[in-house]
Amino acid sequence: MYERIREKLGILADAAKYDVSCSSSGSNRKNENKGIGDAEGTGICHTYTEDGRCVSLLKILLTNHCIYDCAFCVSRRSNDIKRAAFTVEEVVELTMNFYRRNYIEGLFLSSGIFKNADYTMERLLRIVKKLRHEERFNGYIHLKTIPGASDDLLREAGLYADRMSINLEMPTEKGLKLLAPEKSHADVKKPLKYIQNNITQFESERALIKSVPKFVPAGQSTQIVVGATPESDKEILYTANAFYQNFSLKRVYYSGYIPISNDARLPVIGSQPPLIRENRLYQADWLMRFYGFKVQEILNDIHPNLEADVDPKLSWALRNLDQFPIDINTADYYMILRVPGIGVGSALKIVQARKFNRLYESHLRKLGISFRKARHFIRYADSPMHLKEYEAGHIKGLIFSESKSKYLSNPNNQLSLF
Amino acid sequence: MELYIFDGSLEGLLTAVFECYQRKSPVVKLVTATHHVPDVFDAGFRVVSDREKGKRVWKGLCKKLGKEWQFRFYKAFLSEQPETFQHLLNFARYIIDQPAGACENFAHPDILAVSQTAQKVHREKHRMEAFVRFQKTGDGIYYAHIEPDFDVLPLLPEHFQNRYADQRWIIYDLTRKYGMYYNLEKTEEIELDVAPQISVVNALPSDLLDPGEQMYTLLWQDYFKSTNIQARKNMRLHVRHVPRRYWKCLSEKQG
Repeated sequence: MYERIREKLGILADAAKYDVSCSSSGSNRKNENKGIGDAEGTGICHTYTEDGRCVSLLKILLTNHCIYDCAFCVSRRSNDIKRAAFTVEEVVELTMNFYRRNYIEGLFLSSGIFKNADYTMERLLRIVKKLRHEERFNGYIHLKTIPGASDDLLREAGLYADRMSINLEMPTEKGLKLLAPEKSHADVKKPLKYIQNNITQFESERALIKSVPKFVPAGQSTQIVVGATPESDKEILYTANAFYQNFSLKRVYYSGYIPISNDARLPVIGSQPPLIRENRLYQADWLMRFYGFKVQEILNDIHPNLEADVDPKLSWALRNLDQFPIDINTADYYMILRVPGIGVGSALKIVQARKFNRLYESHLRKLGISFRKARHFIRYADSPMHLKEYEAGHIKGLIFSESKSKYLSNPNNQLSLF
Repeated sequence: MELYIFDGSLEGLLTAVFECYQRKSPVVKLVTATHHVPDVFDAGFRVVSDREKGKRVWKGLCKKLGKEWQFRFYKAFLSEQPETFQHLLNFARYIIDQPAGACENFAHPDILAVSQTAQKVHREKHRMEAFVRFQKTGDGIYYAHIEPDFDVLPLLPEHFQNRYADQRWIIYDLTRKYGMYYNLEKTEEIELDVAPQISVVNALPSDLLDPGEQMYTLLWQDYFKSTNIQARKNMRLHVRHVPRRYWKCLSEKQG
């Protein structure tokens, strides 16, 4: 018994780990029944694996048996791997015992598709119902939407889950058809739309009647695999942007493809996952969601890809030097947000502090901005006189020469001999 | 400049603020009795903690500060750092002397220091909410111990009480030698006599544990390994998020 459950957990956690979502925030499920668990407020990362990713939820598949054969997936039916399946009770026991020991914030339950979509969805539903009803569990539940599952099942699942997600996998329909001919983006859009409509409906009803139950209170998310197919960053980010807008997604996750297959359509096993590219995409995603950037400003036909050596905000600023420098003591908050090296927290502090006194270099340095980067784009009370305007390449060089970036083993523009 | 010596308590700190006004001291250097090195030429003024005086100062501060800043003040205090006590004293005097809203002046050195220290303490509180690893004992109590840099234990009960309303738990601070015990009704402060013996590893003696405990520790260690993606290994990032000083209290780092 002991060894069997260890083996299952090994197989089914390993198969689930390529789904990168780890969020446990944004819900509002309180522990009101003196039960167990509380999914209110900010998420908690209980630990971080050696790859530096956070562990917040018990992320497992119910089973890795699957009727589909998607080339990018470890659980594809043609892959010769060990298969396993949890029982409903096993998942509930694991979740509750991990939760009670403060290992996790909740459960992220996904599954390979066995028999058919409804059969799989129905099993997932049974687990979350048991957790909520029998165990009085109020922790966070992230449930996968199984494409093709009936509306009734999805609607019921939404009453128990905090978040639901369904993955786009490839950024374009063309890419998806190449690697997973049995799937299409339409299969993803339909349930996303259905759940989105229900969220809106439940919310408007709850505005009138307080007892209307919660429906997917932490919203929906999706995941795009990066680097398995040859799409540009522009295609990826435009797709993400469209999904944020059309389906009110809470998050789009970008997952650098880890080679796991000898399929000729895919990068070979052992090649490096595109980690820097993934990082840049997240930075660009943040610019869209928190910094008021439009996707067209970050990427367009002239600049279809994010640069590896500079972050997207700096890259944008260097392309738009005509909008700088701005005066920290007078500029609009939204313009301060656009300065490389200044984040949301510091921008807020700046506009509060300048009500009391003009801000000098010494203030700015202490407020926690990256002054090294920002100084080229701002003026402050004691900024030095500039005789000439620097051009973009020069500023980039200056920033690099002072930089300790992890992406730059050679700090200058100089080429390495080896 | 006058030297004030206080007992290190919050009440003492607030009383010191009161005395600054009472004694009309323009500039005050504040030290705790433990950090005070007696000086032949300057005996200093010993602040006697006084509940009423402390309350008056706190009330005065609350008139000028919103809930968030009141909480920040308390969190910064829990950092137990000598220089923070000084910043808190200066901060309190500045707030009292200025009209309401002065706390937004982040260019002021004491305001910035209090806000940044409060943030550090808050970060560690949040870390503790993440890093506490309970072990179930034979009598059904979930026990964990911690060794935080700052005295964050008083900040923890609310979170754990909401979350584990139906289980009894103890969180024990090994450094400061006191703990919090939740008995299904409320949380109370406790001291354990056995504490010294359990300070070595993250485990109670196995005869105290629930029979199922070992299996779940093992399953958790397994899960921690299986969910890692070897091809993305990045120990620098790992250590940044899980600093080494916390490892000894984390069961997944023992396997």
